[in-house]
Amino acid sequence: MKILLFGIAREIAGQQRLEVPPDEQPETVADLRAWVNKRYGALAGLKSFAIAVDNEYAEDHVKLYPSSEIALIPPVSGG
Amino acid sequence: MLVEIVAEIDLNRAFRHLQTEGAGGINLFIGTVRDHANGKKVRLLEFEAYIPMALLEMQRIGQKAMERWALERVVIQHVTGEKKVGEPVVITGASSAHRAAAFEASRFLIDELKKTVPIWKKEYYEDSSVWVNAYP
Repeated sequence: MKILLFGIAREIAGQQRLEVPPDEQPETVADLRAWVNKRYGALAGLKSFAIAVDNEYAEDHVKLYPSSEIALIPPVSGG
Repeated sequence: MLVEIVAEIDLNRAFRHLQTEGAGGINLFIGTVRDHANGKKVRLLEFEAYIPMALLEMQRIGQKAMERWALERVVIQHVTGEKKVGEPVVITGASSAHRAAAFEASRFLIDELKKTVPIWKKEYYEDSSVWVNAYP
């Protein structure tokens, strides 16, 4: 499973995407959030981050599939 | 509805889209690069977008505005890349039979864009840089 990164999240991780190892695959958005906080502690220091699944903001209960397009959305600042 | 992410803001294109025979008023908001932030001198801004999702969010906001006011048309244009002080970075606009709806919708579009559209801004000062809004 791959997670797209943008802005400050991309800079903190030093890469454009995170690869979740096969034996750590999160089932839901909440699981993914926990995984990110554990493996990338620096991201937990951000004001907040949202998770998008298939181009939509996803709440904690949303299920993840290997085919899902998943992105980590740090606080937005457009305009 | 004209919703796009571009390298350069195209004011004429936005205006032409909003022009209709039924419109009695067109309102455009243009966001530009300011030369200061947090007491520091800003050299330039860099914008990054999650383009497919940003376009969908912008369409969703445009749709909301169309449902809420009696509008002829709606425009949202946002740039990515580096922009210098004074340059335009975003346009929101609406046209309507009577001006009140176009004024209100245009403001709604920019206010909502700032809340939900996945676009990020990095401010470059003379000796440092920062992703806006990232930390508490």
